[in-house]
Amino acid sequence: MAELLVWPALLAYGEAAVAYAGSLRGTGASARLGIWGVRIGWLAQTALLIAQALDSEGFPWGTWAGALNLFVWLVVGAYLIWGCTPRYRLLGLAVMPFAAALLVVAWAGGGTGVSTEDTAGWLLAFHVGLMLAGFAGLTLAAGLAGLYLWQERRLKQRDAGVLRLRLPPLESLDRLSARTALISLVVLTAGIIVGLGSFDRGDFDLPMAVTLAIWALYAVGLLLRYEKGLQGRRFAVLLVAGFALVAIVLPLTHFAS
Amino acid sequence: MRLTLVGVSHRQAPVELRERVAVDAAGASALARELAGSAGSVGCEAVVLSTCNRTELYLASEDGSDDLSERAGKSLLALAGDDGAALAPVLYRLGDDSAALHLFRVAAGLDSLVPGEGEILGQVRDAFEGGSTGPLLDRLFRQALHAGRRARVETAIGESPASIPAAAAALAQQVFGDLAGRRILLVGAGKISELTAVNLRSRGAVIEAVANRTAVHGEELAARVESRAVGLDEIPALLATADVVITSTSAPGFVVAPATATVALRGRRGRPLLFVDLAVPRDVDPALATIDGCFVYDVDDLEAVVEASLAGRRAEAVRAEQLVAVEAERFREWQASLAVVPAIASLRARAEEIRSGELAKAEGRLGRLPESERKLVESVTSQIVAKILHLPTVRMKEAAAGADGVVYADVVRHLFGLGEEEQS
Repeated sequence: MAELLVWPALLAYGEAAVAYAGSLRGTGASARLGIWGVRIGWLAQTALLIAQALDSEGFPWGTWAGALNLFVWLVVGAYLIWGCTPRYRLLGLAVMPFAAALLVVAWAGGGTGVSTEDTAGWLLAFHVGLMLAGFAGLTLAAGLAGLYLWQERRLKQRDAGVLRLRLPPLESLDRLSARTALISLVVLTAGIIVGLGSFDRGDFDLPMAVTLAIWALYAVGLLLRYEKGLQGRRFAVLLVAGFALVAIVLPLTHFAS
Repeated sequence: MRLTLVGVSHRQAPVELRERVAVDAAGASALARELAGSAGSVGCEAVVLSTCNRTELYLASEDGSDDLSERAGKSLLALAGDDGAALAPVLYRLGDDSAALHLFRVAAGLDSLVPGEGEILGQVRDAFEGGSTGPLLDRLFRQALHAGRRARVETAIGESPASIPAAAAALAQQVFGDLAGRRILLVGAGKISELTAVNLRSRGAVIEAVANRTAVHGEELAARVESRAVGLDEIPALLATADVVITSTSAPGFVVAPATATVALRGRRGRPLLFVDLAVPRDVDPALATIDGCFVYDVDDLEAVVEASLAGRRAEAVRAEQLVAVEAERFREWQASLAVVPAIASLRARAEEIRSGELAKAEGRLGRLPESERKLVESVTSQIVAKILHLPTVRMKEAAAGADGVVYADVVRHLFGLGEEEQS
């Protein structure tokens, strides 16, 4: 029964993606439709997660598909908090199809159903939740950085239409992506610390190594930003490179181990 | 009531003619009062809209529009004085629906030289406030202002910059967002760079310094923009703190070269720097654009941005035209409904007369009732009359919008004998 809730969420996310695409040609009306799609979809997915939590025996998102379901919810949630305004419709255009596609994968992998066995303790569940929230934030930071790089390229190339398709100002994108990355890193750090609570020396594997490498990359990047003034293009490239590690290397090592 | 418009605009008349009939706010208000007072028509209303692109007289009165049009035309010709003969062929005269649609288009910026320019809406409001308005022009101008606002809110017709200074300011906002407190360095004392600086200042930016080869010119400009004058040799140091650099010198070579900028940029800790080069030959070496965080726009780039913006405005104008047409249709329906208003008023008055008369006849019996029950009888009978007349009133207004209003009004007058008692 809970699984039925995935459809309104998917429909709303899909509607948001289409509306954001439409808003590139029109004015704010399509962007507003997109925002409502995000809101309704997120509420529907929240209801899905609540239903899963109530009906499951233990932590319902312990599997990779379940984790993906939770990850999508966190990504869209972070987007709702940080960038869900008409000015950021291009970010929505990047985030919402991505979210819809990942939710379909999660559904196909059985991550939107009810778990009948308790495979993880609550400490591990908390650890997974924090890690996923951290990665969701880093995903959003990468989206903002990508938007920065695109806008910077348009300004550098002196694109005559640069004012017709208004994007958020470069400095806002730079500041917002850094802030998002910083908060995500704090959450990720908390996740790692919680994970250490149930860590056994023999458990150390490749995904953990990659996770620590990702953490170190972001930590060094943010340190350089606040201490040495690493800003603008170079910081945006670092965020996108970090996201590549999160999106490509982490899943590969997870399934390989 | 009839509406008449007589005017002259940039579409037909050159500036030499337009300036002859242009009047300031006080003059427009006085002319409106004069036209409304001396027109000799019943309930005459007048508004004078005078901007650099147009002078238009809007008149409304109970009777025919020919006399009004004639009178308004004479007023404009009188304003033109010796140029009256040249003005006569370029005057346009519009009535009722066409005049209303024209005003709605004007308020939306669709009849402006630059489509969607923002100033006209305020000018229409000022004209309205200074006019001698009555029911018709009051409604017309309020709806025109509403149409103008809708066009700007619901379309992007007014969003993009339409001039080089505005484009430079918009680009600065694309880089920095809010310009409050941003530091501007002016290099050279050209007119266009001053206009750009003024535009940026109006958005909260601060003119940090005016660097100029000739100290006197630099000091004059610095005084006008509330800044300080410096020599060109101070540019490298100022580049470290400025956010936007506007250049417009007449120097034959580059005033800002990559070597100068690279040293200055080291102290900026990655903060972006926007160069707006308005000089020909250029002051800023385009190679600066290859440096991280440096953005360089020359006058050709800005013109291309303005042209693209104007193309965008023209595309949005099609959508704005649709909005304006809807508003004009609403006004037409309202104006048409005026034709049946006297019949509706007579019908209601007749019904009220009958109700009051019947209650008066029954006064002998009703007088014995307590006050509260007497009020109840009053209320119930009033409600009965209102409910009976509601549908005929709505239908008459609908018929008026569909051009059958006069027929319906005559039928109602005939059926209910309205006006017959007055005649007898």
